[in-house]
Amino acid sequence: MDTQNCFHCGLNIVKAEEIIFDEKKFCCNGCKTVYEIFSLNDLTCYYDFEKSPGATPQDINGKYDFLDNENIVSKLLEFQENSTAIISLNIPHIHCSSCIWILENLQRLQKGISSSQVNFPEKKVRITYNPEEVSIKTIVYLLSSIGYEPYISLENYETGANNVDRSLTYKLGVAFFCFGNIMLLSFPEYFEVKEYWLDQYRGFFRWLIFALALPSFFYSASGYYVSAFKSMRSKMLNIDIPIALGIVVMFVRSTFDIVMDYGSGFFDSLTGLIFFMLLGKMFQIKTYSFLSFERDFKSYFPIAITKINSDSLEESVPIYEVEKGDRLLIRNQELIPVDGILISEKAEIDYSFVTGEAIPITKKSGDKVFAGGKQIGKVIEMEVLHSVSQSYLTQLWSNDVFQKNVVQKHKTITDSISRYFTPILLLIAFSGFGYWIFIDANIAFNVFTAVLIVACPCALALTAPFTFGNVLRILGKQKFYLKNALVIEQLAKVDTIVFDKTGTITTNKKSNISYEGDILSDEYLLLIKNVLRASNHPLSRMLYDYLPILILTNTSANDAKKWSVGAFEEITGKGMEAHIFGHQIQIGSAAFVEKTEENNLQQTSVHIKINGVYYGKFIFNNQYRDGLAALFNNLSSGYQVKVLSGDNEGERGTLEQLLPKGTELIFNQKPEQKLEFIKNLQDKGNNVMMVGDGLNDAGALAQSNVGISISENVNVFSPACDAILDANEFQKLNYFLKLSKNSITTIKMSFTLSLLYNVVGLAFAITGNLLPLVAAIIMPLSTITIVSFVTLMSSYYASKK
Amino acid sequence: MSVIYLLISISILIAIGFFVAFITAVKTGQYDDDYTPSVRMLFDDELLKSTKNENKVENNEEKELDI
Repeated sequence: MDTQNCFHCGLNIVKAEEIIFDEKKFCCNGCKTVYEIFSLNDLTCYYDFEKSPGATPQDINGKYDFLDNENIVSKLLEFQENSTAIISLNIPHIHCSSCIWILENLQRLQKGISSSQVNFPEKKVRITYNPEEVSIKTIVYLLSSIGYEPYISLENYETGANNVDRSLTYKLGVAFFCFGNIMLLSFPEYFEVKEYWLDQYRGFFRWLIFALALPSFFYSASGYYVSAFKSMRSKMLNIDIPIALGIVVMFVRSTFDIVMDYGSGFFDSLTGLIFFMLLGKMFQIKTYSFLSFERDFKSYFPIAITKINSDSLEESVPIYEVEKGDRLLIRNQELIPVDGILISEKAEIDYSFVTGEAIPITKKSGDKVFAGGKQIGKVIEMEVLHSVSQSYLTQLWSNDVFQKNVVQKHKTITDSISRYFTPILLLIAFSGFGYWIFIDANIAFNVFTAVLIVACPCALALTAPFTFGNVLRILGKQKFYLKNALVIEQLAKVDTIVFDKTGTITTNKKSNISYEGDILSDEYLLLIKNVLRASNHPLSRMLYDYLPILILTNTSANDAKKWSVGAFEEITGKGMEAHIFGHQIQIGSAAFVEKTEENNLQQTSVHIKINGVYYGKFIFNNQYRDGLAALFNNLSSGYQVKVLSGDNEGERGTLEQLLPKGTELIFNQKPEQKLEFIKNLQDKGNNVMMVGDGLNDAGALAQSNVGISISENVNVFSPACDAILDANEFQKLNYFLKLSKNSITTIKMSFTLSLLYNVVGLAFAITGNLLPLVAAIIMPLSTITIVSFVTLMSSYYASKK
Repeated sequence: MSVIYLLISISILIAIGFFVAFITAVKTGQYDDDYTPSVRMLFDDELLKSTKNENKVENNEEKELDI
């Protein structure tokens, strides 16, 4: 059977559901509708840039009703005036040039939109529209109808003015401007041409250089003075002290030289040094603007929820205004924002954001439902027990871990070296001064300053940024996104790794389904598949995907697909019953098919009953990620490996078999207990890495030294963490850890190299021979060699699997 | 000989001009998104073609109104 792909979204088309429109094949009505909208508006160029770029629009009926509420809308807007309003919407689906094109042509789809601009790296679209002509709700509906559903969450509630910090770019710009011009003006001095006219203009050149050095010295380098001052106050000797010292001494001595007409000074080296160090800083900052590492529950929760008033009117209210005793209406695919009691008869709640468990849990009227779950299926009603901040899940965020702003949990490798470097440097400078002072006071002064200038740990300070910057990029390419460069150092120090179970070492993408019971004939299997197609229950969808497409020998496949399902009835929380081709088929829970389960095994299963005869059940097992066993085997040789799970012990046997011996397995852990567990390990002196996925791991991720969040779709959901790992790259975890260790080795090697340069430079300085030209050569030479050395080394380690 | 004062001053002034241009570019956010513009500039052709079509559509609508 040849597989056909949908013209719009590229998914496989099921023959029976194929829709042909305008000579193009579509997988569903949704995709066809989007194509219709585009072709009506002459926007079919959309399909020219990229093959099947679209997404199937989702049903959003009622989901955005809160956008009718003026107060909520005004909080979302960036700018608002009578006839102009600007809003930035986050659209996770943005992924290709077609997306950019269609989103920037919104004004042709909707009157009232004057322009729209896509920011691709941030996956955002900025829409300028006229609120008198079109409402924000209409725009959101339009976007959703073409498959670009925006993602609006509580996080957007207080957008405010988002100030981007561009000061580093300005500083770098200033530093480069000064450096470039000073280099140019210094050339005559380098060659010391004793020509008359150069001699005559020397003063002009020198004072010009001095003037050009001022912005670089006072503005670009200001960060180093501040940092040095702070570290002195906190009595921690960091690398910025010798740097700031070097810069200041260099500036003072050079100014002195020029004023007294002794020489040209070291302004070229000074500005060059500042420029290169800022460049290193810039290189180290690699931001993944489409990712967020600071997410808390706010990014998951909706802004507003439908409240049922006492006079049974529905009203959208902001989440924060929800109080105990309120009655809420939760629609299909909506998140439950607070703890409460279910009023409706049945609910299917998907807790995958919280636990990573993909299979929904059935709740009955009167059951407690917890915040963070997603309702699947019919509209439900619930009564609020706790307000948002006091709910079971959100309480986690009141823990200290989330309160204190941990600026520096540990010493960086550069700082720990500079703890020795700075005193030694000062010792050499003073002993050189002490030696020469008895011979010549003038030389003594020169030597003292020269030592501080040449020993300025420029190369040392560049080593770590360039290594980490490079490694950060290498890891990013392999879909392991780190929050910042410090995480690499932390990774290298890890000795204990704790994994969450559900959603982390298991995958919720595919389930491992097995069948138990009497053998089902091919015909029956086909019937079951047909019935399942009509159901939207996640288990049905999974089973539907799992069942093979069968070709019957007696009936042709073409006939088979025409079988229509008659008298289909789905009973929420139980199962479904259908009459098809003269057979009565019942699919559902054990209770539904009147089968008494012998043992109380904790497993998810779907039972089959055909024509009143019980056949058997499909069992949904946890599917562990590919390469899990191999990964754990590799890890267990160098690390303590533990598995922490919020589930019951049902899987203990399987896990013990799969994982190497000595892997500690702990079950029934609540979110706070997970956090405590990590804390206890740390108190024992371990450096803990936590690998988790759901919101219930958020506490543990924040507490651990390195928190890694596994994500099936990096664009959408991940709790606050230090690093985000694409779920498909999970088996590479060991390689990532090795690479981070190797990058530390690289840094250590490069430190030795840069210290060597310092020794050579010091040899010049201490003997009183440091000419501006020598300094001007040593400085860039050491910089270039160090930068190329660390880049090459880290790339070499990265290519070594 | 004093031409050197003039020349150097001019060169510095030009450099400052470029520097100011850079700062304003950063300030207005032109460096914030360095990917989308590279794609956007390839779209111009389609835009032109489509606007023509749009005009045609509008004409058609007008005709319909006439009837």
